[in-house]
Amino acid sequence: MEFGLSEDQRMLQDSLNGTLERVCPLERVRKAAEGGEEMAGDIWAALTELGVPGMIVPEAQGGLGLALLDAALVSEVLGRHVAPVPFVATAVMAPLALMQAGSPAQQEEWLPKLASGEVIASVAIAEQVSGAREDAGVTASGGTLNGKAYFAMDFGKADLFIVVDRDGGLHLVKGDARGLAKVGLTSIDLTRSLGELQFDDVEAEPLAGDTAAALDAMRDAGRIMLAADTLGAGWMMIDKAVEYAKERKQFGRVIGSFQAVKHMCAEMAAELEPCRPLVWYAAHAFDEMPDEAPLMAAHAKSLTSDVGRFVARTATEVHGGMGFTDLLGLHYWFKRIGLNRQLLGAPERVRREAAVMQGWAAD
Amino acid sequence: MDLAYGPEYEAFREEVRQFITKHRKDAPERMRVARPDAEWKAWQQLLIKNGYAARTIPTEYGGYGGEPDILKSRIIAEEFTAAGLPLGLANQGISMFVPTLLELGTQEQKQKWIEPTLKGEVVWCQGYSEPGSGSDLASLQTKATEDGDDFVINGQKIWTSTAKDADMIFCLVRTEPEAPKHQGISYLIFSMDTPGIEVRPLKTMTGAAEFNEVFFTDVRVPKNQIVGERGQGWFVANATLKHERGMLGDPNQAGTRLKEIVDLMQTETMDGQKLIDHPLYRDRLVDLQSRVYAMQFHGLRLLTAASKGEDPGIARLIVKLQGCEINHQLAALAIDALGELGVLYGKSPHLRAWGSWQSRYMFDLGLIIGGGTAQIQKNIISERGLGMPREPKPAKA
Repeated sequence: MEFGLSEDQRMLQDSLNGTLERVCPLERVRKAAEGGEEMAGDIWAALTELGVPGMIVPEAQGGLGLALLDAALVSEVLGRHVAPVPFVATAVMAPLALMQAGSPAQQEEWLPKLASGEVIASVAIAEQVSGAREDAGVTASGGTLNGKAYFAMDFGKADLFIVVDRDGGLHLVKGDARGLAKVGLTSIDLTRSLGELQFDDVEAEPLAGDTAAALDAMRDAGRIMLAADTLGAGWMMIDKAVEYAKERKQFGRVIGSFQAVKHMCAEMAAELEPCRPLVWYAAHAFDEMPDEAPLMAAHAKSLTSDVGRFVARTATEVHGGMGFTDLLGLHYWFKRIGLNRQLLGAPERVRREAAVMQGWAAD
Repeated sequence: MDLAYGPEYEAFREEVRQFITKHRKDAPERMRVARPDAEWKAWQQLLIKNGYAARTIPTEYGGYGGEPDILKSRIIAEEFTAAGLPLGLANQGISMFVPTLLELGTQEQKQKWIEPTLKGEVVWCQGYSEPGSGSDLASLQTKATEDGDDFVINGQKIWTSTAKDADMIFCLVRTEPEAPKHQGISYLIFSMDTPGIEVRPLKTMTGAAEFNEVFFTDVRVPKNQIVGERGQGWFVANATLKHERGMLGDPNQAGTRLKEIVDLMQTETMDGQKLIDHPLYRDRLVDLQSRVYAMQFHGLRLLTAASKGEDPGIARLIVKLQGCEINHQLAALAIDALGELGVLYGKSPHLRAWGSWQSRYMFDLGLIIGGGTAQIQKNIISERGLGMPREPKPAKA
């Protein structure tokens, strides 16, 4: 029995962390966010060198063939550095959809390109996962799509879209398809890209396999990735708050020696640290105990979202007025955590799903 | 991650299960009480003989003499809990005094005290806290002055849980009043029958007297009844406090409690609707379920770290704070979901779960305060876990 990370997994996190410390300092994040880059090409290139886009893609298709737990560890480090790059949709949800429900031809066509990072895939499944909106929804008939899909993730630089229709079918849509209009959505978090797709008789290729299972897998894996991202971003905020509190002086002493401030830091750590084994367990369940994955992904997502909000707010308060300014850039983490919370189901919705899964509520 | 125990441990689990099947009939039916009866003593003896109690304590002191193996200990706990059988005696003598003696006692002390303590023949109480020394325990004032071959003890202890039933006390007293506060304390052991000791029950908000106050007036204790060196009592006591914090905030207890609440909310109805169908209570239930799972996995992570001899760092320091808080919130949810039924208490008609949700809600608050208050835990987490500075001492006037 070993509940923890392997040596390889620790090295994966360490090496990615080292790379991001080098290529993704705050100034670079700020430049990407303020410049509306949608994706920092140099950081993406560095991640591609490490194989990040193809982590969970099988080796036969040019990926690393790693597990979802490994992807969660990567997501955590990306969150820690608020890396302005696509990941959750293009490196996890899209490959999973193709691996689970794509035809061999579709897999051969797209997985190697996703793994190499040359193609970015966006995923638009909010309609089925976080709730249908009155003025949105996609209908599929005769190989074409019509309607609108909101909240496509990893949107800005995507060449390929995986879109869910009203009946739960999944479709591949090329970025340059005729009749497809792409409208960027500006969220609080400028380190990630979000958008809306409008379909006017757009040619699409359905995924022919078990799309219901693939949709569940995308939902669960996506939730685990977002939880891991918040875990990483949240711990960075705690580290920054502690560091600031040890330096900032008021009333003739560092504010970190006041219990009012220390206790805020202790509470953040005590709340967030148990989210780590929960995220690990959910990812491990996804890999090895699939029956448990939906419930554990829901728990990881909802708890980490709530704790993340508490940490984001509290760490900002520890920084006092400086936390509220743009100068320190702390708000990038605050906003990243804020976006993670809402995507793929905010906590109340996800907890209701968890109740349904356990027979505690009607579907 | 490898959540399988592997063949060696699965074989061990099978052995434990066979024991349980064979000896289920021998398990005591009465709840564990401070002073064990014959049935409990026999059960304890049976468990020790088979290595399910006092597992790692050497045979020469009446233990089983097994190698420390944290996974086997967990398997034993898991199987007994799953079967609804009680584990062995759990009291402050066994969980705190015996480990301290093993670490710091003399050969003679170990031989004299460990075996009868394990067997439940000698019951101990802990004399640490004082009315004026709670969180700042090292400021304790109960004094022991030298008189010939004896110490003469005067002062008062509080929160002494089993004092009424105890034969013996392990007690912190100030022997060196001139020394700095941490260096003037000694750890003495003496009989509760010694003249000059008065025990008064301390009734708490639950209505029961789970604790006592103990008063010492010229209590004479031979000077050789000391554990560790004179003046070193603080460090001796810290060896036991470490054991106490490990006992509080057990995530498996929260798991059991969560199951009880699920049962309650699925069976109890209001307005013809099951409580669990009420969306607000259900949301709180699932939220707490997330937290219970998180702490259970957290426990597994600490277990793995311990079995590999790794320091889990801050992860270890948060268990008491989070564990006690979750238990308290679980009890609060049960009370809230029950509405007016949730306040019924004592011997009232219509009691649910014997009124235990209220008593647990109150007693848990005691646990949040006791064993190092939540605020002291936060000091520890921020200072030892996050490296933040200590509160500066106020300048002397």
